[in-house]
Amino acid sequence: MSLAAPTHGFLSPTGVEIAFLLVGLVTFGAALVSVTTRQLVHAALWLVVTLGGLAVEYLLLTAEFIAWVQVLIYVGSVVVLLLFGLMLTKAPIGRSPDADSGNRWAALTVAVAAAAALVWVVVDAFRATWIDLDGAAAGSTKVTGESLFQHWVLPFEALSVLLLAALVGAIVLSRKAKADAAGPEVPGARDGQAAAERAEGAR
Amino acid sequence: MHLVYPVVLSALLFCTGLYGVLARRNAILVLMSVELMLNAVNLNLVAFDVWLSKAAAETLHSGQALTLFTIAIAAAEIGIGLAIVLAVHRNRGTSDIDRLRDTAEGPESDGPDSGAPAAEKAEATT
Amino acid sequence: MTTTTLAVLVPLLPFLGAAAGLLLGRTAPGFVRPLAVLPTLAALLLAVLVAVRQGGGDAIDSATELTPTGSVPIELALHIDGFAALVALLVGAVATCVQIYSTGYLRDDPRYPSYAALVSLFTSAMFLVVYSGDLIVLLVGWEVMGICSYFLVGHYWETPEARAASLKAFLVTKLGDVPFLIGLFALATDAGSFRITRVLGTVASGGLDHPTLIALLLLAGVAGKSAQFPLHTWLPDAMAGPTPVSALIHAATMVAAGVYFVARLLPVFQASTAAMVVLAFMAAVTMAGSALAALAQDDIKRVLAYSTIGQLGYMTGALAVGDRGAAVFHLLSHGAFKALLFLAAGVIIHAAGTNSLAAMSRMSRLRDRVPDAYWTMTVALLALAAIPPFSGFFSKESVLGAAEHVATGHTEHAPGGAGWIVLLAGLLTALLTAAYATRLWLLAFRGRGTEAPDHGRQPLTMTVVLWVLAVPSLAFGGLAFRLLPDWFDGGSLAPTLTTSVLGTGLALVGGLVTYGAWQRTTALAARTPMGAVAAHPEADAGLVEAEAIASHRPAYGDVAYAPDPADPGRLLLGPLHRPAASGFHLDAVYAALFVRPVQAGASLVRFLDREVVDTYVRGAAALPRLLGAAVRRAQTGNVQTYVSALLAGTVVLAVAVLLVATGA
Repeated sequence: MSLAAPTHGFLSPTGVEIAFLLVGLVTFGAALVSVTTRQLVHAALWLVVTLGGLAVEYLLLTAEFIAWVQVLIYVGSVVVLLLFGLMLTKAPIGRSPDADSGNRWAALTVAVAAAAALVWVVVDAFRATWIDLDGAAAGSTKVTGESLFQHWVLPFEALSVLLLAALVGAIVLSRKAKADAAGPEVPGARDGQAAAERAEGAR
Repeated sequence: MHLVYPVVLSALLFCTGLYGVLARRNAILVLMSVELMLNAVNLNLVAFDVWLSKAAAETLHSGQALTLFTIAIAAAEIGIGLAIVLAVHRNRGTSDIDRLRDTAEGPESDGPDSGAPAAEKAEATT
Repeated sequence: MTTTTLAVLVPLLPFLGAAAGLLLGRTAPGFVRPLAVLPTLAALLLAVLVAVRQGGGDAIDSATELTPTGSVPIELALHIDGFAALVALLVGAVATCVQIYSTGYLRDDPRYPSYAALVSLFTSAMFLVVYSGDLIVLLVGWEVMGICSYFLVGHYWETPEARAASLKAFLVTKLGDVPFLIGLFALATDAGSFRITRVLGTVASGGLDHPTLIALLLLAGVAGKSAQFPLHTWLPDAMAGPTPVSALIHAATMVAAGVYFVARLLPVFQASTAAMVVLAFMAAVTMAGSALAALAQDDIKRVLAYSTIGQLGYMTGALAVGDRGAAVFHLLSHGAFKALLFLAAGVIIHAAGTNSLAAMSRMSRLRDRVPDAYWTMTVALLALAAIPPFSGFFSKESVLGAAEHVATGHTEHAPGGAGWIVLLAGLLTALLTAAYATRLWLLAFRGRGTEAPDHGRQPLTMTVVLWVLAVPSLAFGGLAFRLLPDWFDGGSLAPTLTTSVLGTGLALVGGLVTYGAWQRTTALAARTPMGAVAAHPEADAGLVEAEAIASHRPAYGDVAYAPDPADPGRLLLGPLHRPAASGFHLDAVYAALFVRPVQAGASLVRFLDREVVDTYVRGAAALPRLLGAAVRRAQTGNVQTYVSALLAGTVVLAVAVLLVATGA
């Protein structure tokens, strides 16, 4: 843990560090905007910035394969999925004043407290630890592929089964109920909605 | 590179996601915040993996492998989650989390011995 | 069959009859009457057979132990001596008469099946008491009689008098039974057995450690069952039951059980001089007080009830002077004539449509309506007043003779003081008994005024029974006083000259004085018209009686009293009349001494429970309710709130763990 500690100056950052810091600021800022903006579609777009910033951070940490996977899956598919979801649920375009629930202040308190605790702990724990980024990249495709298909084959295959199950589940869930099943289900659903609205109104 | 930078960034992102989960009203925005939290964890995993792959002898690159798994699981999660949100939206006409309060105590049930809450619950869960 | 088998069958047959009657009462009404009469009749015949085989010789003892029962064994035991055989005979005879009479008396009663079954059960229990050789088995019969009396006295439960009377009968006898039970246990502990023979053996060898305590505890139960002062108050009120039940309770079964019990265990009581004196005192107060009260009653059955108490006083008096032969002799003759008196009174009430003597004294020709009841009741009243040669004379003289014997100091086994108490009270009671018997006869049969209504002849089942019972009332005493000593302890039961002359003379004086008083007061009767008769005089006797009892209080203002200036008892008693009519206000004394303190205590307990204890209970409920309301308010159904709370807790815990781990 203390290897080569004296050679690194805490007040003399390297270029990588400066780049990491700047990108990190952008990422964190985009994340903040993403969770606080009142325009739902903008939130998704700010999320793209955050995820992209994270991909850059991975690159700076020499984990290139992870970075591309991040770009492919997160920026490419997850965000697109989210946007579809927003559209399918008829989310309003433009500012919606009730994007945040009444729980906001409690959420803020908890989040700030958690952040303070976490930052205090990690800074306290790793204040004298440095990552050696010289030499071969730690996360090149070759290294990652070798590790994945030598040591992690079984979990990898299991994961494919999980993905299949998720696929089937998503289809089942999002499929429209059949006509015969819809008959008794619709009034019940309407009742539940009415009950929920009644409760809301009473409150 | 100082390990504190990625780790602190990770912690901050995690807490940002936490805030989003707790404060957002729209279920899809909550799912986005969950993605933020997962990514924070991914960053942590990658940072420690890179650090340990140099500092320690044999690490099997477990951090990066787990990151890949997390990404895959996150993709599955977002798929299922969106399907659930869509189903709820279809049934209830809303995807606001704080309006889905079927588990709440009924407003008129003041006494512990009134039969109203049970009936209300039974009605709400149909 | 052996005598033992026969004796076992005697209580068993009425019991089976009762069970069958209860089971078949609704489904097969045709069987109810045979099932009521035949088992009792069979039991009577078997009892006769047992008595003949026993023949006054050595006691028949037989026992079997069903199962070990701890330290003191309980055995199903028979102990049949002369007393048991003869008393069982009386029980069987009276019960059979009562059952036959009831078929007519409760002809149209819808509850006749259960009534007849309970009478059978009652009879069976009394047989059990009579034949039992084990105190616990005896106690079983004793208590079964208690519960049966409760049901039977409350037969007319539509009337509030009957409900109150049945409860009172039950509670007062139970009040005596609690010390009785403790006394039995104490006796068995001292003797090491519940067997009567062994207990008596222990007493004979002087092995009893606490004779006075045991005797007094047992006396409490006896006083409750045999209606002795101060636990006699249930008996007059028990007149709210049907007349045949009164006859059964008063003549042969329940009240006789107490006297019979003391007669069986007389050595136990004789072991304690104090108990004997208490017994004598109890007998004297009971005799004199009940005779005075009987003179003032308006209800014909209450007169007879108080006379029962008085005659039982004679029996306990005889026991107090240590002569159980005389006591059981009087028990037998009294059983015959008192059953007759009650059954005849039932006929009279039916014919007159009222139970009030004041109303009867304003009816002429009542005796022509019920000639059977008139003649047999005359016989029974003469027996009650102890006029020779009726049976009551011999039995009463045997009691008085025994008392005189003790008073003059001829015996060792009883204190002389007890003899004097019993003798004086007995002579006074003889005077009073003749007086109230004469009053009853004059008021009931020599009334003047409107003619009694004619409802036709009484049912044959009711009148035949009267003649059957009139025979022993007339002749039993004269025949028996020579025979009975062979069956009993052997002491002479023949009347002595002194007491005979004194007793008969006093009885004649009492009768003549009452007659004189009646001659003076009867002229007043025409001037104060009185009387209320039952609403349905043509109905069966049970309904007429129920209506008569229910209408007595509205018509005259009291169950026992009627404001009748033509009553000779009013003239004779003078200022004592009002208290005597209400039983010397003993009920009021009990109310002040026991009922009101208990009620006050109950209201205090109620207050403590409602206001003090419940406050804590309510307080204990209020706090969780408050907390529950607070927690319930947190159940908003908003998942985000839940997760916020969860994560806040997690953070707090994590920080706490960190602080502990770093030693801060």
